[in-house]
Amino acid sequence: MTMNHKGRSTRAGEAGPPMPHQTFTGNKALDMEEPLIFEIGHMDNCGVDLDEPMDFVPRLGSHMRTEPVDLPALSEPETMRHYVRLSRNNYAIDAGLYPLGSCTMKHNPRLNEKLARLPGFADIHPLQPISTVPGAFELISELADWLMELTGTNAVAMSPKAGAHGEQCGMMAIKHAIEAKGEERSIVLVPESAHGTNPATAALVGYKVVAIPAKSDGTVSVDAVIEKIQAHEGQVAALMLTNPNTCGLFEPEVIEIAKAIHEAGGYFYCDGANFNAIVGKAKPGDLGIDAMHINLHKTFSTPHGGGGPGSGPVVLSDRLAPYAPLPFIRKNGEELEIVETKDQLKEGELPFGRMTAFFGQMGMYVRALSYIQSHGSDGLMQASEDAVINANYVRVGLQDLMSLPYGERPCMHEVLFDDTFLKDTGVSTLDFAKAMIDEGYHPMTMYFPLVVSGAMLIEPTESESRASLDLFIATLRDLVMSAKAGEKDRFEGAPFMSPRRRLDETTAARKPVLKWVAPEPTRVEPELA
Amino acid sequence: MRYLPLSDNDRADMLARIGVSSIDELFADIPQAVRLEELTNLPRRKTEMQVERQLTAMANKNVSAGSLPFFVGAGAYKHHVPATVDHLIQRSEFLTSYTPYQPEITQGTLQALFEFQTQVANLTGMEVANASMYDGSTGTAEAVLMAHRITRKKKAVLSGGLHPQYREVVEGVSAKLPGAFVHSLLADPMGTEDILAQIDDDTSCVVVQSPSFYGQLIDLRPIAEKAHAHKALLIAVFTEVVSLGLLESPGAQGADIVVGEGQSLGNPLTFGGPYVGLFATRQKYVRNMPGRICGETVDAEGKRGFVLTLSTREQHIRRDKATSNICTNSGLCSLAFSIHMTLLGGKGLQRLARINHMNATALADTLGKVEGVEVLNSAFFNEFTIRTPKKADDVIESLAAKGVLGGVPVSRLDKSGGDIDNLIVVASTEVNTDEDRAAYAQALKEVLA
Amino acid sequence: MSTYFTKDHEWLKIEGDIATVGITDFAQNQLGDVVYVELPESGKTVAQEDEVAVVESVKAASEVYAPIDGEIVEGNELLVDEPAKVNEAAESDAWFFKMKLGNAAQLEELMSEADYKAFVETL
Repeated sequence: MTMNHKGRSTRAGEAGPPMPHQTFTGNKALDMEEPLIFEIGHMDNCGVDLDEPMDFVPRLGSHMRTEPVDLPALSEPETMRHYVRLSRNNYAIDAGLYPLGSCTMKHNPRLNEKLARLPGFADIHPLQPISTVPGAFELISELADWLMELTGTNAVAMSPKAGAHGEQCGMMAIKHAIEAKGEERSIVLVPESAHGTNPATAALVGYKVVAIPAKSDGTVSVDAVIEKIQAHEGQVAALMLTNPNTCGLFEPEVIEIAKAIHEAGGYFYCDGANFNAIVGKAKPGDLGIDAMHINLHKTFSTPHGGGGPGSGPVVLSDRLAPYAPLPFIRKNGEELEIVETKDQLKEGELPFGRMTAFFGQMGMYVRALSYIQSHGSDGLMQASEDAVINANYVRVGLQDLMSLPYGERPCMHEVLFDDTFLKDTGVSTLDFAKAMIDEGYHPMTMYFPLVVSGAMLIEPTESESRASLDLFIATLRDLVMSAKAGEKDRFEGAPFMSPRRRLDETTAARKPVLKWVAPEPTRVEPELA
Repeated sequence: MRYLPLSDNDRADMLARIGVSSIDELFADIPQAVRLEELTNLPRRKTEMQVERQLTAMANKNVSAGSLPFFVGAGAYKHHVPATVDHLIQRSEFLTSYTPYQPEITQGTLQALFEFQTQVANLTGMEVANASMYDGSTGTAEAVLMAHRITRKKKAVLSGGLHPQYREVVEGVSAKLPGAFVHSLLADPMGTEDILAQIDDDTSCVVVQSPSFYGQLIDLRPIAEKAHAHKALLIAVFTEVVSLGLLESPGAQGADIVVGEGQSLGNPLTFGGPYVGLFATRQKYVRNMPGRICGETVDAEGKRGFVLTLSTREQHIRRDKATSNICTNSGLCSLAFSIHMTLLGGKGLQRLARINHMNATALADTLGKVEGVEVLNSAFFNEFTIRTPKKADDVIESLAAKGVLGGVPVSRLDKSGGDIDNLIVVASTEVNTDEDRAAYAQALKEVLA
Repeated sequence: MSTYFTKDHEWLKIEGDIATVGITDFAQNQLGDVVYVELPESGKTVAQEDEVAVVESVKAASEVYAPIDGEIVEGNELLVDEPAKVNEAAESDAWFFKMKLGNAAQLEELMSEADYKAFVETL
């Protein structure tokens, strides 16, 4: 017998106690601590090779910088490691179910990423000659056609950069339409259950917000709207209503509400954050909306990117269409005319101004169109149906243990629970949500909408398989039973196994530290390059 | 459908479990009159290959910047972005994560934001920066609103060197508030306007871009002084962030709010968006700042960590009293910016800026030798304005026909006419070569002949 | 010296023609950890119900209203550096501002401590 290696144990062995010691590095195997770039970077090194500039006479006048730029660099391998390590401390839809209600965390197809990076889209400049970018306008125009057809409208302002920016665009169009009639109106009606962006947008555009209370079933009644219209006669500029609403319910009286606001001379702004539930099932234009933004990053799955970028095109009714902002594409048969400045306007085109430089979020348009074409009319409708099936499946899987504020009725794409089921357990909505983290789930949206106590809003999306939902339901059932059995240890102070435990937000807000500052004694002044 | 995990059997079983006989029952709240059975007029699903073919055909109709001598700037710039940047931002954990509302499981995004804020603050010479705005133009409008809140005055004075589309965004947004007023100065290609004369006690803020839309470098100090004497704020704007590598920072010159476009670092041109708005200010104004802000703190075990903070400024808490309605920002674009900035460091940025400036001076010299062409700017960074004897839009079209994208005719954005019609804003970055410059000069000579 | 309360959860103590104003212990409890207080400028004339100060916790923000007409004479600078005082001593050291009474008659419509306690019970 010959041996060229010494044998070692290849069995797992006894587990022993968990985490028997603190590690020297603070790391826990794959869970690694990572310092700030300012603590590991170099003032005298660089991760990009650049040629030494030749001698030349600068033409900077008296504006030359005399101080060096106080920022360190990392070489390429160090940069890669830094950000890869950081990334591993993030939850992501690619890694697990992300049931944030109202946020629509669905699968982000990589085809969309690939196409957005084609040089013909990624490497074109918004101000290069229009004759050199016909494909860009063709793409924008095709996406616009889809958005108009899906919403049953004849106009869309493409340029808004996110949902709230779309709201702003829609409300500015409304303001101009009212002014064009020679009227002055000062009030915007917003239901209590609305996203915070609605009242913030109304205020930004110069309106006073009047809240409409929700009915006991979580929806808005036409009577409540009429009551406010009458209380502020002739002053109501618009109603901002989310439909399906933030409780996950389709507003059954939406058509009557639209009629009421129109009869009072006002406009109906629909927050389209939840349009994903009804794509292909109903056209908002048929419901009587005057303006609605579409979050391409929700409904049409352009990735959320840790907080943007988004994209928020706004479809407009015929009454508002003339006021759509610059720039826009005018269709002349098959030909596309690009209107960028006021001198290009034709009769009846009365844009209120401009929302942003250039043409909006081209990179998001490519991704959204790729998503839309992939699904097609049949796939989009199926996606809406699956999103609604999944949410209701979660509802029936949990309704005997958790509490539904509005009874056992079908929901749309998201299901809302309140904290009644946690009463007397000593466990709060926050504790419950944080315990989900230890189970490997991102928590649902908490404490929103504001109209129910301790809200928990779950949106599973159509991207989850039945097996995935079954495990999620089983997990939440286990947590609820644990809370009801008085096992507070599982909740108080949770999460226990995440890269960080609960963070002290009070200290962060009382003494804000918003950038890194070198500790005084070790500070080394950088040299001028 | 490849993106949908449920099978028809799953759907049937799940509907049974839910207790409904058909999917229609779940949509029963939608009034029957408007409920759709199917979408007519629209194409049905496509395979990945079909979609790729169709969109690639569209892309191929466009002339990409990298395919020819390219000198277009005016608010968006063609730079070389290291391959590392795009690889890292496509990691699932960055790309497919939401706004970091649960800090325990989003420290990656949060730490990157904290680093980004530090980079922006140090670059601009300011004390604090936020986690980004949509872009430079919308950020500028937000800066004006912020100045109105701080000064409780409502008159904004905009320099004639401000990007014309930025000006339009400011005029549209801030003028919506009762009593708000925007005073915009006329186009100012050479930086000779007398903005000081426009500042009075009613002035809330003065908005000055340097390098200006026309490329001219502007001395911010006297403007800051005059503004402060009238209890007004100086808002310093830039569209080319690389310029900060070589120019004195706006903070050092007395700016109160610095706002600009960060696209040049880490982000491709992408026809104008998504980009990333950089926004920085003085510590004392932080509670009036719009947008998300990340701050340092500790967790229950005393370990350093990061959270979104000062949220009471924001719409989800303050609703109609919020500092802004902004919700989503430019998360992934700010990450791309930050990674590129990390690769460069201060020293790398300075060198990159020198190369840009060197190329622009070489281009100015080359074009200045073409008969009839005049370079207007006395001091510039990587962009300048030329006057040609022919109408600029015709010149640019003719250059394009010869395979050179030579810049932006000012008249495309500013229709005030007159001398403007013959001006071209020309940019040159590190991507341009001697051959590019020679090709431009030759083509221009032919076009003007 | 007499103390009054408002339905907006402010208390005011009257000494001569000066009222010292703060938020109630109930209010600080509802807000949670107070992280920031914005005080009114001295010399400012205010009317009853005007928003004169702001108090913020991590997840909530509230306006503090002028309980009566008058002129602001002093803000409590202590709160600027130590907002936590509002949680520790809402009805004593952590007063928000002092104001000169503009219309003493308005005091008659405010609540006594007992009334306020009964009012809070109903919430």
